[in-house]
Amino acid sequence: MAGGFVYNAIDQTEVATAEIYGKAIADIMLNDPKVVAITADLAKSTKLGDVLKVCPERVINVGIAEQDMFGVAAGMARAGVIPFVSGFSAFCSMRACDQLHTDICYQNVNAKIVATHSGTSFGQAGSTHHAITDLAITRAMPNLTVIVPADGFETANAVNAAYNTEGPFYIRINRGFDLVLYDNMDYGFEVGKAVTINEGTDITVIACGSCVAQAKKAAEFLKNADGLSVRVLNMHTIKPIDKDAILKAVLETRRIITVEDHLVTGGLGSAVAEVVVDSGKACAFKMLGHKGFAMIGLQEDIMADAGIDANGIIASVREVMNKDFEEDNDWDDEY
Amino acid sequence: MALTKQEWLDLEKKAHELRHLTLQTTVWAGSGHLGGGLSVLDLLTVLYHKYLNIKVDEPKWEDRDRFILSKGHAAIAYAPVLCDKGFNDPEMLKTFNLSGSKMGMHLDSNKVVGVDASTGSLGHGCSIAAGTALAARILGKDYLTYVVTGDGELDEGSNWEAFMTMNQYKLSNCIVFVDRNHNMIDGPTEEVMALEPLADKLTSFGFNTICVDGNNIKELCDAIDVAIERSKEAQAPTCILMDTLKGAGILSVQGDYHCHYMAIDDPTFEKYKAELDQYYADRVARVEKEAE
Repeated sequence: MAGGFVYNAIDQTEVATAEIYGKAIADIMLNDPKVVAITADLAKSTKLGDVLKVCPERVINVGIAEQDMFGVAAGMARAGVIPFVSGFSAFCSMRACDQLHTDICYQNVNAKIVATHSGTSFGQAGSTHHAITDLAITRAMPNLTVIVPADGFETANAVNAAYNTEGPFYIRINRGFDLVLYDNMDYGFEVGKAVTINEGTDITVIACGSCVAQAKKAAEFLKNADGLSVRVLNMHTIKPIDKDAILKAVLETRRIITVEDHLVTGGLGSAVAEVVVDSGKACAFKMLGHKGFAMIGLQEDIMADAGIDANGIIASVREVMNKDFEEDNDWDDEY
Repeated sequence: MALTKQEWLDLEKKAHELRHLTLQTTVWAGSGHLGGGLSVLDLLTVLYHKYLNIKVDEPKWEDRDRFILSKGHAAIAYAPVLCDKGFNDPEMLKTFNLSGSKMGMHLDSNKVVGVDASTGSLGHGCSIAAGTALAARILGKDYLTYVVTGDGELDEGSNWEAFMTMNQYKLSNCIVFVDRNHNMIDGPTEEVMALEPLADKLTSFGFNTICVDGNNIKELCDAIDVAIERSKEAQAPTCILMDTLKGAGILSVQGDYHCHYMAIDDPTFEKYKAELDQYYADRVARVEKEAE
């Protein structure tokens, strides 16, 4: 379907994000008897195998009942237990939306949600199992911190940060076949602070999750093929979003493209747009993401179809670069 | 601990005072969920004045018993109970439902002292209770978790998910009450969405089900004593199915689904107060008769 920078999930041998989650949570649980893992018949799918080995008595399986799972987590958290709740993103955000809203966020409890199989990472399962509305939903929830790690190392960082920070977290990971972005965990991960993957002065691509590696590939290609200097920001924290990094991009590159494995409605792009509009500063702006229910297939094919893979990003960067947009640094004439 | 006649009379008196305070709060608020508040008020009285192991001066005490009002709209009765107990200034009741008040129609656990869960969206409390009871097991604590759900509320499927969890994990340290007042907003439960045979359904979900008159303090206490005894070892949890009257105590409206939510003018307020007094007199007479 698409050529160039498409990777093949079946062939790739990189670290599985969800497995890193399993290891990270097992380490935490070994050292803290107050931490509990809760699942809804997905202990294996959500990679809790390591946890089951080290402390099976602290893995609570509520069966196929996400609403109950979130209520149970809220009750536990209020009593002083730290629950890590894992389930498919689609059901964490939609089936249990009322419980997420009222039991977890309204009560502001110390519960950690690790939502797996997010975006279109469960590609062939189709739209029932795609989670392309979850960022719009979770971003609208007061008190909730929303993180979209880009690879396994970042997932481990996010899990540790969630454990060490009081309050509810929603960590959105994929099915477990992500490209590796980082060499290790030591790159300065901080909740609410974007990571600059690539310095650049012509345009900024702001990405999250599986789209970060695609943006990085696109930037490398555009540097060589078009001589463009593309800044790539890994906006791993969707809420609270890094306003400083966004405004810096507006001021320094004057062109922004956002890219996410999510609907263009209400997700990363919307969050960035809100910051830009609120600033009163203008820039060329394009949001990449799904426009409706996604096709069925391998995630890489879905991403190509939606224009959120490296090829899609390259095309969009060229489009935006060709737009007639003021290059000067005089802001006074733009209000 | 069997209920003595004096204890029974004391609880009747407290319940009577709280019924008046609930009615008064409804008047201050302009309107309120009087029906479902009064049907469950005897249970609230018994729990807060006989059973709950709580400390008013240390409301977040981690070993305290928990109480979760899953039928959060009964806050019109629950808020008076909490204020009367000393958790919150009774003056707050005069602000119930008013703009800027800490007390809305459904209580916020982060604003009203003594509330263990923010409820209002129906079908949430039992899962929260299950998690609270599981936490006791994980943390090695002996506290008990009490939760009360409405009968119409049982239409929400999430309750039955929670009941399965309670049974699967043998959460006998969680005691479930169903306020079977037989009515919901649109009419009698059996006309809107039939629940019967409810006791059989609860038992089939694993509960040790005890059916009581939920507006009879003696029957409530006897059932709770059984549930507490059963909580001492992990086994099938207890559900106390309380047959109650919606609006219990306001003789001219009790049992009628129209009392679910009421606005009360001054003449009606006086009439209802007199009815509550008559109801109390009848109940004291019953105690005198049955306690002999």
